[in-house]
Parts: sequence; structure tokens; C-alpha cells
Amino acid sequence: MQMADAPYRFPDPSGHFGPYGGVFVAETLIPALDELRAAYEACRDDPAFIAEFEYELKHYVGRPSPIYHARRWSDLLGGAQIYLKREDLNHTGAHKVNNCIGQAMVARRMGKPRVIAETGAGQHGVATATVAARYGMECVVYMGSEDVRRQAANVYRMKLLGATVVPVESGSKTLKDALNEAMRDWVTNVHNTFYIIGTVAGPHPYPLMVRDFQTVIGKECLLQMPEMTGRQPDCVIACVGGGSNAMGIFHPYIDMPDVRLIGVEAAGEGMESGRHAASLTAGKPGVLHGNRTYLLQDDDGQIIETHSISAGLDYPGVGPEHAWLKDSGRAEYVTVTDQEALKAFHDLCRLEGIIPALESSHALAYAARLAPTLPKDKILLVNLSGRGDKDMHTVAEKSGIQF
Amino acid sequence: MSKIQSTFQRLQATGRRALIPFITAGDPAPELTVPLMNALVEGGADIIELGVPFSDPMADGPTIQRASERALANGMTLRRVLDTVREFRTGNAETPVVLMGYANPIEAMGVERFVSAAREAQIDGVLIVDYPPEECESFARAAKDAGLDPIFLLAPTSTEQRFRDVARVGSGYIYYVSLKGVTGAATLDFDEVAARIPQIRAQVGMPVGVGFGIRDAESARRIGEVADAVVIGSRIIEEIERSPRDRLAANVIAFLREIRTALDQIEGGVR
Ligand SMILES: Cc1ncc(COP(=O)(O)O)c(C=O)c1O
Repeated sequence: MQMADAPYRFPDPSGHFGPYGGVFVAETLIPALDELRAAYEACRDDPAFIAEFEYELKHYVGRPSPIYHARRWSDLLGGAQIYLKREDLNHTGAHKVNNCIGQAMVARRMGKPRVIAETGAGQHGVATATVAARYGMECVVYMGSEDVRRQAANVYRMKLLGATVVPVESGSKTLKDALNEAMRDWVTNVHNTFYIIGTVAGPHPYPLMVRDFQTVIGKECLLQMPEMTGRQPDCVIACVGGGSNAMGIFHPYIDMPDVRLIGVEAAGEGMESGRHAASLTAGKPGVLHGNRTYLLQDDDGQIIETHSISAGLDYPGVGPEHAWLKDSGRAEYVTVTDQEALKAFHDLCRLEGIIPALESSHALAYAARLAPTLPKDKILLVNLSGRGDKDMHTVAEKSGIQF
Repeated sequence: MSKIQSTFQRLQATGRRALIPFITAGDPAPELTVPLMNALVEGGADIIELGVPFSDPMADGPTIQRASERALANGMTLRRVLDTVREFRTGNAETPVVLMGYANPIEAMGVERFVSAAREAQIDGVLIVDYPPEECESFARAAKDAGLDPIFLLAPTSTEQRFRDVARVGSGYIYYVSLKGVTGAATLDFDEVAARIPQIRAQVGMPVGVGFGIRDAESARRIGEVADAVVIGSRIIEEIERSPRDRLAANVIAFLREIRTALDQIEGGVR
């Protein structure tokens, strides 16, 4: 395997990935971020912290997650072999929990008894509520009132786990507004509160910290792929909402230039319809939620509403490291429509007996598009970031079925 | 010397405090913004902070969020805010106007275009909430070159290093956020403010205005005892929200006059 000339070293000490990232917040939040950065740096270098994190991932989450060769599906597609990294088998059913455990551990070390989170589909909210229950912390989850209505089962799950779910009525009443509200809570209650951000976005050190906690995905792949196939994959494919499952699997491969990294954004009803969530493909650089990155915005710089069948991809921004990987050419970003994602969803159910999350179905759909164009000895590694139980209602509705 | 600096000099010479009201451009309606700005001046404003609406006002409480949403629903844009100030200037050349908002609309317009358009509209200062000093050295330089004062926030938790950063990059005045939290929050710690303001003034060498949480003549007077300026935002927006259109200007003038009177009763003279 060829290695890159200079090792990849981002972000820089001030949290920048080239022109992206940084700390774009009001002065009132600066001390909170300084405190967090210092605390996280101490954890990052502490063998006891790392050992505890690994213990939790093994015994509470069930790691390492396996890699599975989707042989029937690959045969049917008739080209490259598709391998799936099974993050859907984690406790709580997605990759989100890796990050929640890490951040909750930092919160404990900082002596903060209360954690807050934003959530769209509810996956990150459920993972945060789960971990808060596990550690005996108070938990408040902000969720757009529109999403509370659409994701009733996850709202109930969070409540079962002891969390308080606060519906957010401002703006478009979706994920971005939930994030705004969580930031407002944090700035008001920072003395006892830790904000667990759910993806590789937000002000420094969040993009770095969330990436660190999610790279366990890619690090396992580095060991598992040679064991299974004798080598590393030709392409690594992941869906991109905020970009945490993608950064988690991409990061250990960045310094191997002959591994293609492909991020898949949500094209919703089609790029030409304007109803999509593809920030990297169709957005422009700007400043939102504490960092500079690609954003879906109008000519006046107002953030616009996004559309995707998968709530977890329905976000008008993207983590700043993806903006940098796009501009530097190290990763490619493509789009997949609702329809294509649904087809991949059904194919995986029928052919492999795996019900994937609709978010992950975007990555699967791109693999299905790419595989037939490549010879049979090529290897595609897809991050199956979550399971699809949460999406039953959405898929049934699309098929005209009512429970 | 900038118009903001000369305003503070003139006030200090007579021992008065600056009154700085905030409204959001386009709220409750774009055509009412210039009349409201005139009402603010009539009520005793020395400087006007004019909010540029943004879809994601992360640092604002519910009152200013609502104002921002109403303004956007009314079709307000950064370009129209600049037009609004130009129109205000046809009747008022003196009162300094500070634009207050978030970075993204300005970056979408382009920093250079924004700075020259702001200068052309005779805007005097700009406060971008999510541009801390370390992320906007080049913006602040461009603003200063165009005669715009870049104004920065300091908070109760700010360190002395922050004082130095802000002193280096900013000019005009310091906006001291008097409490933790978002705009419109209710609790104000007067003792804390009284202890901090002299420190900040000494270290940054700029006048210090205090905002967040000032709601009436009494709180304005107590803050005015120690600060150079008093900033009032959410409370004026509430006045706008509850006033019928035909009483809008009159109610805002009456509210501000009470504050003005309270500030002018402060014994304190020149500092
Ligand atoms: C299963 C799953 N995959 C992917 C995502 C998208 O987030 P990210 O891009 O941060 O991985 C989500 C978000 O809720 C999710 O639940």
C-alpha cells in the first residue's frame, strides 16, 4: 500500500482545516470552548481515558463491529465486491453511540452532571439519552417541533431512557434550529452543562473530538480488511449528513492515496428540483454553527431548508473537514436521490437479510451504481452506519402501507 | 476621528452617558424602519444599533429571534438594510449607526463589497456576533480602512488575554455582555458589572457600553453609574411587538425618554 508523502495533519492548533473550521461563536461561548479544549486535550493524551473508552466500546457498545461480504448482492450487481462495515450492530443501532460515550466521559472528567444534545431524526438524541442513563447524568435533548412530530417513536425512546425532550419552535423547526437552541442552553448553563454535539461540525474542538471518537470505525477496518481479503479496499464509501460516520471510516485511510474516499450526499427529490441536502455538491462556503464550511444558502446568505427522505442527512451544513477534503481533492462527493436510496434499502433487505438505515442506504445506493462499472476483483467498503428499524414508518408510507 | 469616537468624546465632556437602542431592520415592516430610527433619535438615542436579520441567530433569545423571523418574512436582506440606512441618512447625517448581525450574510455579499457599500451608506460601525477577534483580523482591517469601527463583545468570563485581543482588533467602543446567556435574559449582576467595567476601560482604552438584561429606567441608571453607554434591545423589540402601528413611534419615544432622563440624572461628571 502506497503512503502519502507528507502525513495528513489537520486541523491546525487553532482548529482550521485550510480555510474551513475555526471558532465562529459569540464571545459568551469562548471561555466554554477554551475550557472544553483544555479538558479534551488532557483526555486525548491520557492512557487511562483511552483504556476506559476502549473498555466501554467493547462491553457496552459491542465492538469491534464485524465486516460482512455482501456476496449475493455483489454477484447480482456483477462487478466489484461489496463489503459492509456493520455499525448497525452497535448498541442503539448506529455509529452515533461511539461519539456519545467519548463526550460523556469528557463531561464526567470535567465534573458536569448535565448533558444536552440536538437531534434531527432522534438517533443522536437516543444515543445521548442512553449514555446519560448509563452514567447517571441529567439529559436534555433539543429537537425541532417538526421532527418531534415525524419521529414519535424516538421521542418516546428518549423519554423511556429518562431524558427530557424539548421541542424547538423557532426558524424551520428542524435540526439546525435544534442546534441553535442547544447552543443557547449551553451558553446559559455552561457551569454545569456539557453540550454533546452529534456530528463533526460546530466550533473547534468539536470536529476534531467527534472525529477522534469515530475513527475507531476506520481503525478496525484497517485490521479487518487484510484479514478478510488480504488487502485494503479500493474505495471507501459513506453517507454524509454532518459527516461523522464518513470521517470515522475515512480518516485512517487519508494517507493511503490509492484508496478512493467517496462521500454520498442526499439529493432528495433530485438536484435539479432544488429539494435536497447536498451542501458540498451545491452549497457555497460560509459561516454557521461555529465553523466555516459549505452551506446551502440563498443569495442573501440566509440558510435554506433542506429535503431528504432520511432525517439524519437533512442538514444544510457539513463538517469542515469534508469541505477541506473536497477542495483538496482527497475525497470525492457524489449524490443519491430518495428513490435510489429506497431501492438500495429494499435490495439489501431482500438479498442480504439486513435492514439498513435510510442514511446508510445512500452509501449503499452509490456502491450499487459504482460496482457494475468495476472488475470483479475490486473491493468497495461501505459504512453501514445504522440499522433501519427507525425508518419502518417512512418506508411503509412510501409504499402506501399503514400500520 | 470616527463619528462614534467623537460622539463619546462629546458626551464625556459633559459627563453624560450614551444611550444605544437596538432594533432589527425590517421589523415590524421594512417601511417602518426609518421612521423607527428617527423615533429612537427623538427619544434620546446617541447611537443606533441596527440588527441585520439572520435565519439562525444563535446568540439571541426569543425576543430578537422573533424580530429576525418577522424581518426575513418581510423580505429584509443585507442589501435592503444598507438601502435603509442610506434613506435614514437623507434626514440625519449625525447619529452614528452600527450594524449588528451574523457573519454569513456579509460573507455571502463578499467582505470587500460589504465594506465599501457600508461606507457608501455612511454606516459607522459593525458588530458581527460570530466573528471573535481571532477569526476576523482581515475583516477588521478592511473595515477600519473604510472608516468603519469594528466593535467587539466582552463577557463576564472573558480573560485579560481577550481584553488585549479586542483592544488590538477593535475600535469605537466595547460592548460588554452583562450576563451569561442570550439576549433578553433577565438577571443582571450590578456588582459584577461595577467591578469589571473600570478594568476593561483601563485595559482596552475604549468606552464601554453594557447590554443584555437592561429593561427599565432603574436598571439603566444603575448600569449608567459605571458604564459609558447603555444598550437596550429586547425591551424595545417588546415595545414594538405590543404597539399598534399608529402608536409605534410614540410608544418607543416615550419608553426611551424615561431611560434618557434616568441616565441624565446620574451624578458622575467626567471620568
Ligand atoms: C444511521 C445514521 N447514519 C448517518 C447519519 C448522518 O450523520 P453523519 O453524517 O454525522 O454520520 C445519521 C444521523 O442521524 C444516522 O442516524
